[in-house]
Amino acid sequence: MTLLIIEQLLNGLQFGLMLFLLAAGLTLVFGVMDVINLAHGSLYMIGAFLMAGIAALTGSFWMALPLALAATAGLAWLLEISLIKTLYRRDHLTQVLATFALILIANDVVRLIWGSQPLPLNAPEALAGPVELLPGLLYPAYRLLIIACGAGVAIALFLLINHTQLGMWLRAGASDREMAEILGVKVKPLFAVLFAFGGALCALAGALLGPLSSVQIGMGEHILIPAFVVVVIGGIGSIRGAFAGALLVGMADTLGRAFLPMVLREIFSASVASNLGPALASMLIYLLMALVLFFRPAGLFPARG
Amino acid sequence: MNMPIHSRTWILLACLGAGVALPFAADTFAQGYYVTVATRVLIYALAATSLNWVLGYGGMVSLGHAAFFGTGAYVVAILMQHSVASAWIAWPMAVAVSALLGFLIGTVCLRTRGVYFIMITLAFAQMLYYLILSLKVYGGDDGLTLSQRSSPSAGAGPLSEIALYFITLAFLCATLYALKRIAASPYGAALTAVRQNPERAESIGFPVYRLRLVCFVMGAALAGLSGALYANLNRFVNPGLLSWTQSGSLLVMVILGGAGHRLGGVIGAVLLILVEELLSSYTLYWQLGLGIFILLMVLKAPRGLAYIFTARSRS
Amino acid sequence: MRFSFHAARIIAIASLAAAALNPAQAADKVRIGFISTLSGPASALGVDIRDGFNLALKTSGNKIGGLPAEIIIGDDAQKPETGKQLADKFMKSDKVDFLTGIVFTNIMLAAGPAVFENKTFYISANSGPSQYAGEQCNPFFFNTTWQNDNLHEAMGKYLADKGFRNVVIIAPNYPGGKDALAGFKRLYTSKIADEVYVTLNQLDFAAELAQIRATKPDAVYFFLPGGMGINFIKQYAGAGLNKSIPLFTSGFSADEDTIKAVGEAMVGMSNSTHWAADLDNAQNQKFVAGFQKEYGRYPSLYAAQGYDAAMLIDAAVRDVKGRIEDKDALRAALRKADFKSLRGDFRFNVNQFPIQHYYLRVVEKTPAGAIHNRTVGIILKDHRDAYAGACRMK
Repeated sequence: MTLLIIEQLLNGLQFGLMLFLLAAGLTLVFGVMDVINLAHGSLYMIGAFLMAGIAALTGSFWMALPLALAATAGLAWLLEISLIKTLYRRDHLTQVLATFALILIANDVVRLIWGSQPLPLNAPEALAGPVELLPGLLYPAYRLLIIACGAGVAIALFLLINHTQLGMWLRAGASDREMAEILGVKVKPLFAVLFAFGGALCALAGALLGPLSSVQIGMGEHILIPAFVVVVIGGIGSIRGAFAGALLVGMADTLGRAFLPMVLREIFSASVASNLGPALASMLIYLLMALVLFFRPAGLFPARG
Repeated sequence: MNMPIHSRTWILLACLGAGVALPFAADTFAQGYYVTVATRVLIYALAATSLNWVLGYGGMVSLGHAAFFGTGAYVVAILMQHSVASAWIAWPMAVAVSALLGFLIGTVCLRTRGVYFIMITLAFAQMLYYLILSLKVYGGDDGLTLSQRSSPSAGAGPLSEIALYFITLAFLCATLYALKRIAASPYGAALTAVRQNPERAESIGFPVYRLRLVCFVMGAALAGLSGALYANLNRFVNPGLLSWTQSGSLLVMVILGGAGHRLGGVIGAVLLILVEELLSSYTLYWQLGLGIFILLMVLKAPRGLAYIFTARSRS
Repeated sequence: MRFSFHAARIIAIASLAAAALNPAQAADKVRIGFISTLSGPASALGVDIRDGFNLALKTSGNKIGGLPAEIIIGDDAQKPETGKQLADKFMKSDKVDFLTGIVFTNIMLAAGPAVFENKTFYISANSGPSQYAGEQCNPFFFNTTWQNDNLHEAMGKYLADKGFRNVVIIAPNYPGGKDALAGFKRLYTSKIADEVYVTLNQLDFAAELAQIRATKPDAVYFFLPGGMGINFIKQYAGAGLNKSIPLFTSGFSADEDTIKAVGEAMVGMSNSTHWAADLDNAQNQKFVAGFQKEYGRYPSLYAAQGYDAAMLIDAAVRDVKGRIEDKDALRAALRKADFKSLRGDFRFNVNQFPIQHYYLRVVEKTPAGAIHNRTVGIILKDHRDAYAGACRMK
């Protein structure tokens, strides 16, 4: 039983770290640039497709990864300097509409290039099997890689945000954009870099999760709402908040789906439990969000002063 | 107003005339399918109008409006499952349940503001979605089929497709007229004041929370009605009707059509559905066309299509 | 609105003009509406059925029963709502004579009622709901493939015969999944260690695999169509479970589409099927060769199903000499099923579902290095589905 719990904790950690990659970019874009970007999920999808496509061409997972990241970052940068920057002065509803249109366009462009069927993407051969972490606990090596990557990125982001000038500008921009501008922060190039960086993070999540899920059109929409929930729970504009929120949501969702049906089966019949369990587990992250907002209306670690 | 009033009225009358004539024209050419499409357009026009009321007039950005639409549809479907086929029972129940739900959800959500309000409304809608998904007895993910359309009177047969079309058209027209009157009433004026500047309205002494709640519940009730009509049209309901993508569609319709304009919801719904139907019959890549179209709208008609004939912003 | 789309028509018709000029149903051509899952994680299934169907048409010179054929293709994107709307559109606007192609049972059940009410014949090239085999059997529903339980009944019997006593079974929580596990349990009479239902289209099974490891069964049987199965097999190996607990499945998750995606990890997997590429009859050999030539890949059982559905319609239309407006005659011709199936002889039960053999296959690596299924033996002979007794059709 303890082994089961440990395994599920690792699963929750893996899911949470991937959510963090998505939420980090989203929270910075929302917090610093004040843009609601629904197309964030599309960058995740594009990253996954580029990864699958390049991996198929080159035959190598490791060669494809940096290329996919760079390509998606480049694409995000292009997007920012052409379209996104026109949305800064517009109200949130217009941003919703415009980025929604981007989702539609992205879905079809991907379909044009790669077709309607999902692309195969496999984990690298060396990581296709399990690793014995503890006696009796075999855990998939690939998931350990994901945890390592996620943790590495989290540490790098913390260093970036808290110990570099760029990070200082970002924190200033998230806290009070106008003041930051007045104080001399160069907003235009900062935003372009920020958006591209967010795109790269999305691509990393998409590329890493590809072998575990399915590289298919519309995959971004599934992950978009949980990412927004994480951002709101953590506090808009705060990387620390995104990290805390992501781990919280990741754990709650995974552990909920793993153990709730079991717990329910003790109380109710098997068929009721098998229906109610997944429903409650899915509702969990929203209940969590409502709870957090009740006690901390601005999120766990709000960036805004 | 830049457009003279009488030509606006003529255009509206012409549209109404076309709407009335459509089923007969379709029948002549044995293209009954177009009546189905037109009814769907009208139903979504009603649903989008209900969201427009909440968003454009009430100033509340609700990302969970589909919950009420789906609830109305499910009430009719579930009642039908239990052999209650009368429209006189099912439809008012759909409206009542949606209104009640709107009251419960609104009471909690309206205590928040801004992006948090958006997320909380979304959260409640998602929770409801997962709840309905888990009710296997009512189909769960596979949805629920209605054995027939609602019956207009006990013992009579179900509504025909054409009857449903005209009833929907009537409801839409009645709703637009009613909203016009309400917007012009003292309540409407108070609501406008709240939307434009809530702090000022509060300091003057308006019961902001209550005014908003009433608006929210009205929108929920109307959405429930459109859901009931939808269940009748499609004879099939599934949890997807409550999902955030459905809420997103309604939101897009309202924004595209022009939030706050009386016909904003109608124009948005007509535009979105017709463009989708037209494009999808010509090309596989209709989402691309639709996306580009919406982007063009964002650039050219920033406040929505309804305002394209208005030079200045509305007061 | 929905995030869905319809595929382009392959033969364009001017709808309004044609309908105006041709208001009555003149049998100068046969119109078939093909609704299937052509996008998403399970799209390989729909694509194969479509390709098999199209190959049959091509072989007959694009004619069905001697009349020119016209197919209209729609993609349900695995959504019941879309499938139903496509069915409505094909019947009302395109006035099709036959409908076919649906992969998933939940979509079938959503579209079915309107199809039967409209008295349009539905020839199922995949889904075989227990509802339509039993109490709700309908004269307008013909299934040329299997009833949902059948392939799983076969594996249930096989596992019972092989002496497995403590099995975990897993399927998605939708009517097709429930039918599958009900079928398995019917002929596997030992202990079920755990019956796990996952969400339809779930792709990450970390939680379930951890649970299986903790339960320690002596075998695992799964039904996870399309991409779900591919991911499950890969993750099962990734978690190291394949070394200690043997994995069994039906042919649905052990055919060409899955083999192509999973590869080596599947070698040795036993599975059940109603059709195999190495079945020894003339039309099957011709089909396998023809499919490879036309599409550059090996056919799966889904492709064979599409082909057989087309051949049934072809035989029936030929039998009524093109007079498809005569629904009673057409129905009788369909019931006769006087065509050469890729499985050999073919006959219907009273509920218009097949009576056929179910075979055991094993995934093997050929000396040349390719991975394919090899048929090992027959598990169930002349097997009928369990619901026919509840059907009131004669």
